[in-house]
Amino acid sequence: MKWSRILLLIPFIALLWVPFYNFKEPSFFGFPFFYWYQFLWVPLTSLIIYMVHRRAR
Amino acid sequence: MSGPIHWTALIVFFVFLIGVTGIGYVASYGKATKVKSLNDWGLGGRQFGILFTLVLVGGDFYTAYTVIAVPALVYSVGAYGFFALPFTVIVYPFFYAVMPRLWTVCKRQDYMTAADFVHGRFGSLWLASAVALTSLIAMIPYIALQLIGMKVVIENLGLGQGNLSLFIAFLLLAVYTYHSGLKAPAMLSFGKAIMIFIVIITAVIWIPYKLGGFGFIFSAANDSFAAKGGNTGLTLHPAQMLPYASMALGSALAGFMYPHALTGVLSSSGSETIKWNAILLPAFTILLGLIALLGYMAIAAGIQVDNSSDIVPALFLRMFPDWFVGFSFAAIVVGALVPAAIMAIGTATVFTRNIWKALFHPDISPATESKLAKRASVVVLFASLCFVIFLPTQYAIDLQLIGGIWILQIFPVVVFGLYRNRMHASAFLAGWLVGMALGTALTIATGLKPVIALHFLGGTYTIFIGMITLVLNMAIGFGGSFLLNLMGRKPADDGALSGLDAETV
Repeated sequence: MKWSRILLLIPFIALLWVPFYNFKEPSFFGFPFFYWYQFLWVPLTSLIIYMVHRRAR
Repeated sequence: MSGPIHWTALIVFFVFLIGVTGIGYVASYGKATKVKSLNDWGLGGRQFGILFTLVLVGGDFYTAYTVIAVPALVYSVGAYGFFALPFTVIVYPFFYAVMPRLWTVCKRQDYMTAADFVHGRFGSLWLASAVALTSLIAMIPYIALQLIGMKVVIENLGLGQGNLSLFIAFLLLAVYTYHSGLKAPAMLSFGKAIMIFIVIITAVIWIPYKLGGFGFIFSAANDSFAAKGGNTGLTLHPAQMLPYASMALGSALAGFMYPHALTGVLSSSGSETIKWNAILLPAFTILLGLIALLGYMAIAAGIQVDNSSDIVPALFLRMFPDWFVGFSFAAIVVGALVPAAIMAIGTATVFTRNIWKALFHPDISPATESKLAKRASVVVLFASLCFVIFLPTQYAIDLQLIGGIWILQIFPVVVFGLYRNRMHASAFLAGWLVGMALGTALTIATGLKPVIALHFLGGTYTIFIGMITLVLNMAIGFGGSFLLNLMGRKPADDGALSGLDAETV
């Protein structure tokens, strides 16, 4: 097993520890923090998986 | 709900519905002549590349019912309904880590279902039958929900109760799946992806533009929840955080245990294809998040409905010109046909291989096997149709909810079975049984809610029932295996895992 796989746990921590993001401010483009934070983790998660994949090859 | 007939919408709706399904059917028809075995019919010959797998899994994992139900929940309760977003994000690191390994084992041993894998891996017909049974009972209400999604749209076009239209949809689906198997919905899923992306991107640009921007939409929703009170709001109440996180985690672990999701994975051409899909599939999650926001747009637009399922159709009818309403409703119906077809194929494959063949007729030929699966797919669809027509909608919704708890109970044997050798079938069968029974009992005890409040260590913790039963299930399985290993019993091993660690999976 490659150790870089540990990175795959980051999205779990970022999204399952709700106190990290359960507020309205700062808002962005009209979106309360709660929403844009979670949206942001979609491309971030893709990126993390991509990086893990790059390192595994 | 059934309003007046919207003629322009209706004509555009039928043109696109017939056009897209027609193209999909013709495109898959030529390839259908190669259907010789269940592997061809049920998994499309395990040859779909990155793009095909992307639209197939995207079209099948993000079901059309989602388009109706997620905004409806967000409309009613706000932030809590958003758990679908973290769910469909964290599912991909898991997908990346586990699914290539599952694919490799299944390809090597010619397994087509989770129950096939468990049967080979643990050498226990009992445990495999338990997995097959769980897959079947979790899947039927889920198919019924896809038909309900179609029904909601058809009714909102002004076509009355929609039972006749549902029957037509059933016939369409049955012909589609019977003849070409997985290749038909695979072709159709291109149409679904293109249409749904067009509809949702248009909606999230056009509707905020008409209403006065996202800032206005969120503040209108905030005001509405402030007036409504209770467990609603733009952010979560402290007591909702644990339910939110545990629902997201539980759903993510359960998601790819369903037959239709596994069918999408196993039909791909290899582990590299699957890994690239883990990177690319989150694009559909952005779409799902935007779909969820339709709930707030409906609040800001002042949409009032008797049944919250009508939120999205009502919003589109209010905000879009008639022709685009027709297009978007066609997108939702095509969006329902894809998962319904794949679910029927997955369920039929499980029934044929893991119930019919494994338990009653072990020596049927591959040709008979694929013929039976084709017929089973029609029976499965017909059962789901009856479900929708003869039982109240709420039954399908409730059963699908319990289904999510049930399907999670096969997680330990399917996932840990890929990594650990010293697992005993009997211990995990006991764990499964306790998980299923307790999950069902707790869900009924809470009045058909997926979460339950536990009191321990001086506090109250509200957690997704599926997670509680999963932990118990695993404790019994691993605890029992530990004891059996101590007693010197050897677990069965088909050698399926040998040499796996040497490969990059």
